[in-house]
Amino acid sequence: MSEPLVVFENVVKRFGDFTAVKHLNLTINKGEFLAIMGPSGCGKTTSLRMLAGLDRPTEGEIRLSGLRMNEVKPSERDTPLVWQTLALFPFLNVQKNVEFGLKMRGFDAVARATKAKEWLERLEIAEFAHRDITQLSGGQRQRVALARALVTEPEILLLDEPLSALDANLVIRMQSVLTKLQRELGITFVYVTHSQSEAFAMADRVVIMSQGEIEQIGRPREIYREPVSRFVAEFVGRNNILTGAVTGSADGKLTVSSDAGPCTAPVPEGRTFAKGDQVSLVISADVIAATTTKPASENVIACSLISEEFVGSMVTLFLETDNGTELKAQIQHRDIEQIDTTSGARLYLSWPTANVHVLPGPNQENP
Amino acid sequence: MTADRSIVIFLRIYIGLVFCFVFAPIVASFIFSFNSDRFPTIPLGHFTLHWYQTIYNDPDIWDALQVSGITAVTVSVIATFIGFCTAYTDFRYKFFGKNAYLALALLPPTIPLVIMGLAMLAWLSRIGMSGHLYSIVIAHVVMCTPFAMAIIRLRLAQMDPSLEAAAWNLGASEWRTMGNVIVPFTLPAIVSSLCLTAAVSFDEFAVAWFVSGLNKSVPVIILEILQGQVDPQINAIGTFVFIISMTLVVTAQVLLMTRSKKAETV
Repeated sequence: MSEPLVVFENVVKRFGDFTAVKHLNLTINKGEFLAIMGPSGCGKTTSLRMLAGLDRPTEGEIRLSGLRMNEVKPSERDTPLVWQTLALFPFLNVQKNVEFGLKMRGFDAVARATKAKEWLERLEIAEFAHRDITQLSGGQRQRVALARALVTEPEILLLDEPLSALDANLVIRMQSVLTKLQRELGITFVYVTHSQSEAFAMADRVVIMSQGEIEQIGRPREIYREPVSRFVAEFVGRNNILTGAVTGSADGKLTVSSDAGPCTAPVPEGRTFAKGDQVSLVISADVIAATTTKPASENVIACSLISEEFVGSMVTLFLETDNGTELKAQIQHRDIEQIDTTSGARLYLSWPTANVHVLPGPNQENP
Repeated sequence: MTADRSIVIFLRIYIGLVFCFVFAPIVASFIFSFNSDRFPTIPLGHFTLHWYQTIYNDPDIWDALQVSGITAVTVSVIATFIGFCTAYTDFRYKFFGKNAYLALALLPPTIPLVIMGLAMLAWLSRIGMSGHLYSIVIAHVVMCTPFAMAIIRLRLAQMDPSLEAAAWNLGASEWRTMGNVIVPFTLPAIVSSLCLTAAVSFDEFAVAWFVSGLNKSVPVIILEILQGQVDPQINAIGTFVFIISMTLVVTAQVLLMTRSKKAETV
């Protein structure tokens, strides 16, 4: 299952004085859906372009199926890319756009038409085959771009923020189209995005990059529950991050005097903390309970409600402690009936100690 | 509201006057080309095609048309080709001295035509290439290439830069990308440039007069007729040349406009 398809080995890319990618080591397996995520300028798109041969690594080696690719021209690789701008050919109709890759690979007209038709049907755009690109909606163009990239039946498909121009509903639909395609075809998808929801909804593994380096690689759940750094915890969102100093350590539990009040946290495996050590506590918003009466829990903080936000079946509450620290709690729709949700209402937030994730140091990096 | 309206009316009148000013002489020439009187006077004489018949039967005019026609077609093809290459270099590459290169490429139209004609004559006769049909072609290519380049450069600027890379990504070599993506994308500009450079070459007098020798182009022959006598056949030739040039220029403009509208929606 986890047979490597792409290997980045110590890859460095510099543009003049600017280092876009610093010593990237990454293995992408056959058949996996990998998302590379990070803020703009983190080197995610550059990494993807190097894989497609559009930028050449300054140092290091990129291997595809065990072969060194550094010097191979883009036209001689089979690494189709779905572009952020889609880059459809405006002077060709839908079918001719899809046929382009086949034409360049020397397929005759009949074979081209058959294959193109097959893919247009698969992506449910066969009825638009003879339309101009300009006559299509955003979602339809997206499908044309996918068909054009997949028509040569590659082993790997690269996607560079392809959904960034679509509206929210369409994004959700295209996500399911993409995951379904990937499962059915069994090929590798490398998906670059700055959107956490896109990456977490589709990918088997997520790579978080920052300033040209990998911060963390893992399954979406791991990255969400156990971020390795404050940067990841903040980037992933939905998290509350409290900072404070250790006041004691006993029975595998730390007591911390945090900026929101005293709390407890489990001691991370293989780590020891002394009194006075600075730590950050990551508490994801969905493990926090909000109640009107003070519950019996090791971690209870009194807050006042600022606002609420409904997303699907969840409600996010935005609250503030008495000393001004802001906290988020995500609770089920049905639970909200039991609490007072007028603005300024007093609520108690509580969470199990086991769900607290401890990071050493208050501000490790990233200004 | 009333102030706005009066401004609109004023501007319309102003535009109308500008058009009158520009087109009145041409319209007059057009009308007098069908007038039987020898001198352009009012009231008009009767309608006649006599002057058109005269030029139709004049072998000198036919020779001149041939010279101008061959020159215009050859010049438009060569100038458009060079213009395309220059514009593509600008689009695709970054290199040291690029601004100087662009300035040089766009320089010729800023040189006064008489100076340009003289310089061309001096240079071409020194290397023994003056007085031929190809002398006019060389001179006109120099004059027309900047126009071709400007038109094609404008079109390339509308192109999504990832389009070219997308073609490579789909297995097209650089040459095939040129043929299958860049040229089709810029085709409206290329056709437009062919029309416009042909029109510029067809109408150009000063440089052609200096270097043409015995190969008289249409504008040169017009001047010769004028020097000899005032003859209404000038009106007839003028009308004819005007129609050819306008057709070319309007075609060029229409092509550019429809395509750029389409490109905006992509």
